[in-house]
Amino acid sequence: MALLEVKNLKTDFITDQGIVQAVRDVSFQVNDGEVLGIVGESGSGKSQTMYTIIGLLAENGVVGDGADIKFDGKDITPSHFANKKEYTEAMRKIRGNDMAMIFQDPMTFLNPIMTIENQLIEPILEHTDMTKAQAVERALELMRLVGIPSPESRLKQYPFEFSGGMRQRIIIAIALANNPKLIIADEPTTALDVTIQAQVLELIDNIRNDTNSAIIMITHDLGVVAKLCDRIAIMYGGKIVEIGTDREIFYEPKHPYTMGLLNCISNPDDESKSPLTPIPGSPPDLLDPPKGCPFVDRCDKAMKVCKYHMPGETVFSETHSCSCWLQDERVKNNE
Amino acid sequence: MSEQPILKVNNVKTHFDVTKGIFSPKQIVKAVDGVSFEIKHNETFGLVGESGCGKSTLGRTIVKLYDPVEGNIEFEGKDISNIKGDELKAFRKNVQMIFQDPYASLNPRMTVGEIIKEPMIIHKIYDTDEEREARAVELLKIVGLKPDHIRRYPQEFSGGQRQRIGVARALAVNPKFIVCDEPISALDVSIQAQVVNLLKNIQEEMGLSYLFIAHDLSMVKYISDEIGVMYLGHIVELGPSNDVYYRPLHPYTQALLSAIPVPDPDTAKSKSRIVLEGEIPSPINPPKGCPFCTRCSKATERCRNQVPEPVKVGERTVWCFLYEK
Repeated sequence: MALLEVKNLKTDFITDQGIVQAVRDVSFQVNDGEVLGIVGESGSGKSQTMYTIIGLLAENGVVGDGADIKFDGKDITPSHFANKKEYTEAMRKIRGNDMAMIFQDPMTFLNPIMTIENQLIEPILEHTDMTKAQAVERALELMRLVGIPSPESRLKQYPFEFSGGMRQRIIIAIALANNPKLIIADEPTTALDVTIQAQVLELIDNIRNDTNSAIIMITHDLGVVAKLCDRIAIMYGGKIVEIGTDREIFYEPKHPYTMGLLNCISNPDDESKSPLTPIPGSPPDLLDPPKGCPFVDRCDKAMKVCKYHMPGETVFSETHSCSCWLQDERVKNNE
Repeated sequence: MSEQPILKVNNVKTHFDVTKGIFSPKQIVKAVDGVSFEIKHNETFGLVGESGCGKSTLGRTIVKLYDPVEGNIEFEGKDISNIKGDELKAFRKNVQMIFQDPYASLNPRMTVGEIIKEPMIIHKIYDTDEEREARAVELLKIVGLKPDHIRRYPQEFSGGQRQRIGVARALAVNPKFIVCDEPISALDVSIQAQVVNLLKNIQEEMGLSYLFIAHDLSMVKYISDEIGVMYLGHIVELGPSNDVYYRPLHPYTQALLSAIPVPDPDTAKSKSRIVLEGEIPSPINPPKGCPFCTRCSKATERCRNQVPEPVKVGERTVWCFLYEK
């Protein structure tokens, strides 16, 4: 059984301008100990999908009916709870315990007026029966695990005394505090410099080898997913347009958007400087998304059917599927 | 080539005084600490480095937003350190800048037309507003926007489109040289390539020269003819972009390149990387010798005590004792 199973997830935001359909019918699963990468551009719905799952949706967010989220055998679909209070209580017990999150910006996540020690032991005291002394011991162990030099002397320090890379390590330590079964990492290295990013990626790689935690890695960097992920989901316009193993996505992409993404990164082995192939246009407005395929306005292979009808899922292998009319049997037979 | 470079930077140092009180010991941030290079006509010089290495300070020093404490900058053979009045105005017209953040660099209360026309008014390029308007429409077309966008406000545009507006504004006064300070790092991948291609096309059409500042080496390699790698206020390696990118010499360049995650699962998962230990030292109190010696795996006693002199290797210059002859 999968560790996390998400079915038909829809999330809307009610704004003054109208309803923003941020997540539109997303289904996927995460197995024990695997790393799933979720790749998409800003506004593709990748972060909101995760915020919905972990129960950190903004006040104006509404989860659509028909959604179904199961984590570790438990039903955590917001609408399946009797009321909001019960849901919040249930999620409090899971968050920071079996399911933890690593955020993009370490400075906004850490409390600037709390010592690192207090921020590290908070989730431990909240979710376990440890005494404070034991929790501090565990905090030191965690700091060593994430590679912070001389942790004893740094326990009493405040976040501003840490560099960006060290702060991100602290956040990872907090996420690991209770040996979570699932870690959701939202662009954990985007705010970091390349050499520091390499250190943090190395650390995340070691953690997945040592702890058997499953990781969902949200990112826009194809290099990061290539390095870390077993499976990759490509999101566009609030939908997963293609999902597959790392090799399937990189070497046998099926969706024109996936191909476009791979084409517009500069090929490191190409010395010729031939022009990059950008994807023309910009992502759809989710206040009023296209009726059919979300990529239709930017796709050079778009057909009439793409504009008016949502493509169904075509399955290529046990792991690989994609939603594109080009792959649809009916279209292929017509050609 | 005997041709005179468009821009020549001679041993430029830009320091900031950050002393806290009048009785505290003097604290100087040596943001740029002795940098020299040249940019040829119609070429792009890529300046790369991590945050805090001084690349943006150098860019701002070149457009005269900061004054260097030492060294000088020559634009078209003329020292710009002490230019004033009309000469300064002419310099400002010839040298434009494109900023990193397309959200912060456009005034939200001005229409796109007003934004693009403002530099033309300041530099008195056209006499009538009709002419300015016509030029603004033309510029919008050049950067791939529509003429009717001219009456809209910046917030109605996406990040990539805003960056195009920034490019149009820079082009408004027909500059010869543009400093692009991380123009693509705030943009999505699919949009980055659009902006890079745009910059390349207008360079060819208008014969512009660029200083392209970025932390992303793969894009810099793509757009630049020459690359300078900066670390802690110094350029540590300088040369033709393919040489620097494919055959890096300086241990820092090697580490920086090896740290870029390769978008290819087979290579990325098998490749062993040079993972640098530690972090960039404070520019208030930089190491005495080579700036990189605190993190370099090949550092010797000499590196810690003595600043390396530039060494020529082929077309390249590298500041490292390893390549001394």
